[in-house]
Amino acid sequence: MNITLNNRPESFDQESLSITEILKLKKFSFKLMVIKINGKLVRKPDYESSFVKDGDDLQIIHMISGG
Amino acid sequence: MKIMKFERIKEVLKNKTVGIAGCGGLGSNCAVALARVGVGKLIIADFDVIEESNLNRQYYFHHQIGEKKVDCLKENIKLINPYIEVEAHDVKLDVKDIYDIYNGCDVLVEAFDKAEMKQIIIETNYEKLPSIPLVLGLGMAGWGNLESIHLRKSDNLYICGDEISEVSEDFPPLAPRVGIVSNMQADVVLELLLKEK
Repeated sequence: MNITLNNRPESFDQESLSITEILKLKKFSFKLMVIKINGKLVRKPDYESSFVKDGDDLQIIHMISGG
Repeated sequence: MKIMKFERIKEVLKNKTVGIAGCGGLGSNCAVALARVGVGKLIIADFDVIEESNLNRQYYFHHQIGEKKVDCLKENIKLINPYIEVEAHDVKLDVKDIYDIYNGCDVLVEAFDKAEMKQIIIETNYEKLPSIPLVLGLGMAGWGNLESIHLRKSDNLYICGDEISEVSEDFPPLAPRVGIVSNMQADVVLELLLKEK
């Protein structure tokens, strides 16, 4: 599938992946994140059951302390 | 790039309200920039008092150590531009406060230091204030590596920073990078406010 990840094109061999799987594949290990699929917020308990498919817009924003 | 005379810019901005959540390094510098250009009303909130260690980046003065940040920021803004209305809330913000305090704003600026609070304001904005653009500061610790600082747009979120540099004891936030990111936030606010409807 071809998706948009953080405003950039990204390809995966699989036809669909859960958020949990994408985080593992991308080696994203941040503790706090805000994740949206096609503009819809996905909370942590739903990472396992929320799937990304071809053409989706995935936004993963890492929460970083400082300010 | 849009062009406009400063007189006209002031005309537009004087009827606008910007919310700033947190009055530390990001919030104090962003508020001052917005006051200088003449945003009519600023709504600021913080629970903290000024410590000497804050002065390496925050818009406060040595004689203000020990005083409330919201009171001093209001005072400092008034010294720069007495025509700005400043609504100051001495409060540790939670979900309900964020809605109650900021629901009338044209734009909201996230200026917290803790990652947990940044997440809370994004989720609150998404659920309760979806029509208000939220301008975030994410990643500005240390010094150098300026080419990594960017603006990223995600729906109604505007992310300013390098999205990498997390503050820690050995990696403190310092005036230059915090100033750059907070002024980027102020510039994004201006862009949103001056967008012709």
